[in-house]
Amino acid sequence: MSSAKTMLLVSVWRGTGTQGRYEAFEVPQEDNQTILDVVSWVQQNLDATLSYRFACRVGMCGSCAMMVNGKPRWTCRTHVGKVAENGRIDVAPLRNLPVIKDLATDMDPFFDKWVGAEGHFHPTRTRADPIEAINPESPSRKLADEGIECINCAVCFAACDTVTANSDYLGPAALNRAWTLLNDEKDGDRTGVLDAVSGSGGCHNCHSLGSCAAYCPNELSPITAIAGLKRETARSFFRKGR
Amino acid sequence: MIGLKLYMLQRLSAMVMAPLVLGHIAVMIYAIQGGLSAAEILGRTKGSIVWALFYGTFALAVSIHAAIGVRVILAETILKNRHALDGLTLAIGAGLAFMGLSAVYAVTAS
Repeated sequence: MSSAKTMLLVSVWRGTGTQGRYEAFEVPQEDNQTILDVVSWVQQNLDATLSYRFACRVGMCGSCAMMVNGKPRWTCRTHVGKVAENGRIDVAPLRNLPVIKDLATDMDPFFDKWVGAEGHFHPTRTRADPIEAINPESPSRKLADEGIECINCAVCFAACDTVTANSDYLGPAALNRAWTLLNDEKDGDRTGVLDAVSGSGGCHNCHSLGSCAAYCPNELSPITAIAGLKRETARSFFRKGR
Repeated sequence: MIGLKLYMLQRLSAMVMAPLVLGHIAVMIYAIQGGLSAAEILGRTKGSIVWALFYGTFALAVSIHAAIGVRVILAETILKNRHALDGLTLAIGAGLAFMGLSAVYAVTAS
């Protein structure tokens, strides 16, 4: 006994750099099918030249984020049934990042901003020193814990209208990282982090639109982290007059 | 396109404006209860150092606050050049301050 498969109408962005167009494909619909499954099916069965990026397929690596029906999503954990509109799916490269080819974006601007936000750990001990004991129940550790599950997928970066309008803006992910470092008792450069997020592209450019928190696949809240950075930089302004 | 200093200036100027706006509204509601002519208003404001300081402070706070606000809108829409933004921010702030303080002078100078 066989029945004809329902077909999905999938429009996929094709092109390099700023040039491109949508190309339509028909993909058989399956149960428990993700957007990444759809893109992979196109690449494996219809057009082997389709470029896209993925790695873990289980929502851990942050490689496969794309715009799906106009919204940024982690495609490996986004089920077709939840986002298809009348059997149609539009898949495009992440917003706010340059396109390399088809669905693969250049992530350099995104990670450059992590560096710009001083988003790396500043150790205070060497490997010869004993490990510093941190109370997991301390208020600062709890604040840090709320933001550390970021997988660098750039969904928040693509969702942010301030990133679109202001190319200097560090963006929600980098600022969320800065906030976790600021609350990490082991980090040794609190002043450096505060300085990094206080520049012309820093946390004060955020308009609190909240798209970062609305679309973060790990349900983090960069907008809350940015509000925390605004509070801490304001305190440092009154304390040090900078 | 705003860093910590402009952010703080805009927030602090807003903190100055808020009680002054409430004071202005409260006085307006109180003053017009029995009907009040322009001549009567000027009769009370002319030569008043208190009203000059009240509205002078308000005009300066508005100039700072609005100039930074317009700067952000321009930066995110049509003006990406940093020097042009700095110049326009100063020009808008100075223009608003001139107009505001001129008006305050006109109603408070005796």
